[in-house]
Amino acid sequence: MKFLRTNLHEIESAEELQKFISENENAMVCCGRMGPMCLPVYDVMEELQEEKTNVKFAVIGFDNPEAASIRNAPECRGFMGIPFTMYYKNGKVVQATSSIQSMQQITGILDAKFGE
Amino acid sequence: MDEVFDVIIVGAGAAGLTAGIYASRAKLSTLILNEGAIGGQMVLTEEIANYPGVETVKGYVLAGIMKDQAKSFGCKIKSNIKITKYNLEGEVKEIELGDGKVFKGRSVILTPGGRPRSLNIEGEDELKGKGISYCATCDGDFFTGKEVVVVGGGNSALEEAVALTNYATKVTIVHQFGHFQAFEHAIHEARKNPKIEFIMESELRGFYGDGHLEKVVIEHLPTGKRTELKTDGTFIFVGYQPNTESLDGLVTLNNRREIVVDSDMRTNIKGVLAAGDCINKRYRQVTTAVAEGTIAALSASEFLRNN
Repeated sequence: MKFLRTNLHEIESAEELQKFISENENAMVCCGRMGPMCLPVYDVMEELQEEKTNVKFAVIGFDNPEAASIRNAPECRGFMGIPFTMYYKNGKVVQATSSIQSMQQITGILDAKFGE
Repeated sequence: MDEVFDVIIVGAGAAGLTAGIYASRAKLSTLILNEGAIGGQMVLTEEIANYPGVETVKGYVLAGIMKDQAKSFGCKIKSNIKITKYNLEGEVKEIELGDGKVFKGRSVILTPGGRPRSLNIEGEDELKGKGISYCATCDGDFFTGKEVVVVGGGNSALEEAVALTNYATKVTIVHQFGHFQAFEHAIHEARKNPKIEFIMESELRGFYGDGHLEKVVIEHLPTGKRTELKTDGTFIFVGYQPNTESLDGLVTLNNRREIVVDSDMRTNIKGVLAAGDCINKRYRQVTTAVAEGTIAALSASEFLRNN
């Protein structure tokens, strides 16, 4: 079941999430709602998915029960602002951020963790 | 980049998208360059209930409709860009982006909008999303059963403070003045809410916590006395500032850094107009931005006809 309305691929199940991060060397998954702190992050991801071909981009609904592995991830402990954005390399979390992030912040993480 | 657009619009909030709709529908070649999120302040609004002719609608939905409308008339939109240089003088105006691309237009409509003010105090950047928030609708449920602070004294601060009482056990409003700037009904709603307390004539001086917000330091302005307040969260609603830094020295700004325009939305530079939250005006609503965007597009059209 879809929870979001974006032009990004939306992951709908925990199984699909696991497959997505294990099958893609570099992955960015944003877990949010259709809210003001989340939409700017989706906009940035939409722009970057054409440019950063070495990274796979996806979203998952924060209210989707299947997103529990992100909501409860140890890397997200203390997070109190959506979206929770996860960066995975070879299936492992290499960075997690809370709340709105700018284009500059996101590209900074992508370049640092996945290479330019 | 040899194409010279009839109109280049800077910004894609309500004013910019409306200008885009009107200009492109008038068969002017139109490009919107947008640095932030499409929709501007509209997407920061959970629900818009006072947009005439439209039943209560989510801000992002209204923004999406405006974007699609503009595109349907042929308006091009380039977003998430960084503008590094303006050359607004002369018949052909130039706007340079961070990647070196230069876009040219015979007229320019500036609608860069505004952004929520931050406090710019110790710990704010580090604890953003870890107890510090700018959106009660987004993050309120993280504070269920907790105590929070709201900073500000305008409509947003008081209305969001009341909304937060649905989650928090206690909401403390910290405001720099001895009175509120909000409308009377918002003040009344906040004052009658038993979960809300008030600390007046005071400002926050710092956020502190180990991995998440644990306390804030508050200074009472008349006495200079500083106290610590333990809190699980702080919501900041201290108004908006116009995004005009990069226009300083190019167009006339007033002492609040707003672009000075006449009733036709013309700036001091020929062929350069401005509209929306960045201009000198008192009321900032979606409806006022839409009206100004319309006027700016019509003025640009008239300018192009006569020049």
